[in-house]
Amino acid sequence: MTMIGLEIHCQLTNLNSKLFCSCKANYREFEINENICPVCMGLPGSLPRLNQDAVKKATLIAMALNCTTPEKIAFFRKNYFYPDSPKNFQITQLNIYGDTSVGGAGSIMVGDKKIRITRIQLEEDPGRLIYEGSSSKNQITLVDYNRAGTPLVEIVTEPDFETPKEVRDFLNILSDILANLGVADPSLEGAMRADANVSIEGGKKVEIKNIGSFHDLEKAVHFEITRQESLHSRDIDIIQETRHWDDQRKITVSSRSKEEDLDYRYFLEGDIPWITIDPEIRKKLQIEMPESINSKKERYISKYNIPSQVADVLSSDKYYSDLFEDAHTESNAKEVANIITTELMGLVDTREKREVSKFTFIHLKELADAIQSGKVSRNSSKNALHEILKSGKDLSTVITELDLGNVSDESELSGIITLVISEESQAVEETKSNPQTINYLVGKVMQKTKGKADPTLTLDILKKQIGV
Amino acid sequence: MNLKISALDFIQEVKTGNISVEDFVAKTIEQIQNVDDKLHAFLSVNEEAVDQARKIDKKIKSGDKVGNCFGMPISIKDNICIKNSKTTCASKMLENFVAPYDATVIKKLKQQDAIFIGKVNLDEFAMGLTTEFSAFGPSKNPWDTNYVPGGSSGGSAVSVSSFECVASLGSDTGGSVRNPASFCSTVGYKPTYGLISRYGLISYANSIEQIGPLTRTVKDSAFMLNMISGIDHNDNTTIDNKNEDYLLGIESGIEGKRIGIIKEMIGEGIDPAVLSATKDAISKLESLGAICEEISLDMVKYSVAAYYTITATEASSNLARYDNIRYGYDFPLEGYEFNSYISKARRNFGPEVTRRMIIGGFVPSAGHAGKYFLKALKVKSKLTREINEAFKKFDFLVSPTVPILPFKFGEKIDDPISLFLVDINTVTANLTGKPAISIPFANSNGLPIGIQLMADSMNDKSLLQAAYALEQTVSLPEVPI
Repeated sequence: MTMIGLEIHCQLTNLNSKLFCSCKANYREFEINENICPVCMGLPGSLPRLNQDAVKKATLIAMALNCTTPEKIAFFRKNYFYPDSPKNFQITQLNIYGDTSVGGAGSIMVGDKKIRITRIQLEEDPGRLIYEGSSSKNQITLVDYNRAGTPLVEIVTEPDFETPKEVRDFLNILSDILANLGVADPSLEGAMRADANVSIEGGKKVEIKNIGSFHDLEKAVHFEITRQESLHSRDIDIIQETRHWDDQRKITVSSRSKEEDLDYRYFLEGDIPWITIDPEIRKKLQIEMPESINSKKERYISKYNIPSQVADVLSSDKYYSDLFEDAHTESNAKEVANIITTELMGLVDTREKREVSKFTFIHLKELADAIQSGKVSRNSSKNALHEILKSGKDLSTVITELDLGNVSDESELSGIITLVISEESQAVEETKSNPQTINYLVGKVMQKTKGKADPTLTLDILKKQIGV
Repeated sequence: MNLKISALDFIQEVKTGNISVEDFVAKTIEQIQNVDDKLHAFLSVNEEAVDQARKIDKKIKSGDKVGNCFGMPISIKDNICIKNSKTTCASKMLENFVAPYDATVIKKLKQQDAIFIGKVNLDEFAMGLTTEFSAFGPSKNPWDTNYVPGGSSGGSAVSVSSFECVASLGSDTGGSVRNPASFCSTVGYKPTYGLISRYGLISYANSIEQIGPLTRTVKDSAFMLNMISGIDHNDNTTIDNKNEDYLLGIESGIEGKRIGIIKEMIGEGIDPAVLSATKDAISKLESLGAICEEISLDMVKYSVAAYYTITATEASSNLARYDNIRYGYDFPLEGYEFNSYISKARRNFGPEVTRRMIIGGFVPSAGHAGKYFLKALKVKSKLTREINEAFKKFDFLVSPTVPILPFKFGEKIDDPISLFLVDINTVTANLTGKPAISIPFANSNGLPIGIQLMADSMNDKSLLQAAYALEQTVSLPEVPI
């Protein structure tokens, strides 16, 4: 049986500051080596100052993933030399001397399958290496410490996956959960990374590192299973090793390092006293815990009668569900959901597009209301949405400027309808025997008004004039 | 101008206008120029000290608010960061390291208008007992320059006892403040773990070390504690002492206090002169109304072994950052890759630091941790339990600070094991986090002997009261410089 386990690293991107100093957790907007201080540079004499908020957020994650949360947590030093590590040790968590990391055993459901979580630990991200120069002889390595000390949550799973597809589904669900908790924005470059352990029946565990994206992870796992199976079928031993994902060639390559032999000489980090997470704090976190994706979905279905598929899409993406929550009312909920899933999702599907768009929930609310009250047709609403995303102008301005408002003036509409009736005498006759035909006439009116005729009013006048 | 005054007297003299800060500081600089060639307490001297003194005089004259130190010249052990000045740890690895920030204690003292007269010598990265492991040469004991001044805060003790400053800050990981204080006849104070912020103190063994003052009198140590103690958001291990005033009630005496005499600290190998001084101290404490009684602390005999195991482990981790990549000394990169570069660059560490890092890489390693590091941690927690029991019965514990007299240079440098036994009486306070003080008590043929008092955690105030009481019974010769 194929067994796959994951180690997922997720930066707590929504925190203000790094794990042990007041430099920004969001290092991405800085020039190289600008977001640094004596603490995250590991300067002589500096000491870590624990970001209590990070502990709370990590505990929140543990609770959301149904993990046990110990009453006392501790930090340990993982000792190793590497150029991206300013202190040449990493402050992390460990469970070998009792359960002292933020989260213990937990699980989440992926479809009908339960994936067990081994533990969750809070730790610091190292700096970033930048390679310059082309040939290996001229290559130099530069270090950018802006990222060093960024709060990172490591989520370790049991080897419960059997296929690359399960891995992919799990990661999608996990990243939705983390986004929904408001602790991280997994769409940020490098915010979520994962290593995989892969072993097939009769083989040894192989760890794959350096995988840039979830998409590549699925590929890497797939490649690795195929590689191991082909070795196995030829009776070649699969050795326990660490392999790196080669992004260019899309294969895994043996790291040829002695990484497995490294002894990290873990010991307690004396600069950070044990932290008590008492029941009060946990209770508070439970109360503050955002509504889960599943609960949102159920609510959308039962309260607003939103179709299950729409509710599913809407609830799992924090950006859309936040928009929905802010924009909807009892009466317009279905319309709001409809606009989001049929129109908006195609227009703001990337984080870049979301960032440049000037769209707010107020636009969404007004648009839904306008459609419901017949102020704009569903057809024209698409044009309005495009314009709003571009300009950020309010709906009424957009309607006026683009002349998108429905023709709801009865005399104006009557004139147009009279014209249509005179042009379509055959259809008018048919309508008297087959009422469905009236829709054809409504369509004609729409054609003449470029889709702006108020549909309800049009139907009323048509019926009146024809006499059905 | 009399330099031989206490910190509190200095403040009094400046306040009353009897002396100007400028004169005193200039005179102190002159003293350094006169004696430091011989004593080598200083690694660098503050060139702007006199200018800074002048500014404080001006503030005093114009009636502006002046900080409580009134321009007092203080020397700082060179493992404590002062912004924009060299902080070398007496190591070639940090020979050119200029700290870009102030340690918390420095920030506090600056706010109180202290003047940092210079940075003083230590054993490299505070690992040693004699300053012989300083990469820049040892300091000399002012009582006899053939003798070691103790360590690792040897420069601090020498500078205080030879009037090159009024007070000094050292750091105490296993006795590094108290040991040189005892050898040079000054007061040396190691506070409760967490009482003084370590932010800006270059870590050697962070879980047990503390910054501590070296002063001429017990009251001066209490005063320094007032200046630098208290909770600091930059050091998560600091304790809120609610702005305790350690001078208040310091003359309360020790009538009725119970004092335990630690049997293991006056046992085998003790110098007869030290033993007789200790007995004398006990009878003086009794004459002050204290009740003294012997007590046995079983774990003390393992304390030095545990101490070296724990400190080596932490040191090897704390000193891993010195890879010469972000700061350090000039060393060309050409021809190296990462691993070969750092292993070459790290050869600039001296022999003792190297020895401890090697030990520290071994004792917590897989397959050996159980036998060494974890066992040492067990000793630490058992010793703590034992001493906590003792403090249910006693207010203070007494012993000689060091069981032997100061020794000559080179006498023990090649014999690390015998040198380590010099630590036997001091490491307990570090391993258990308790406050301890060394008080100059006797003099044997020109060589100083200090007495150590220990108290329970956060009883720093009463410890200083007891130390003050004992100090009042002592009359000592003047240092022959």
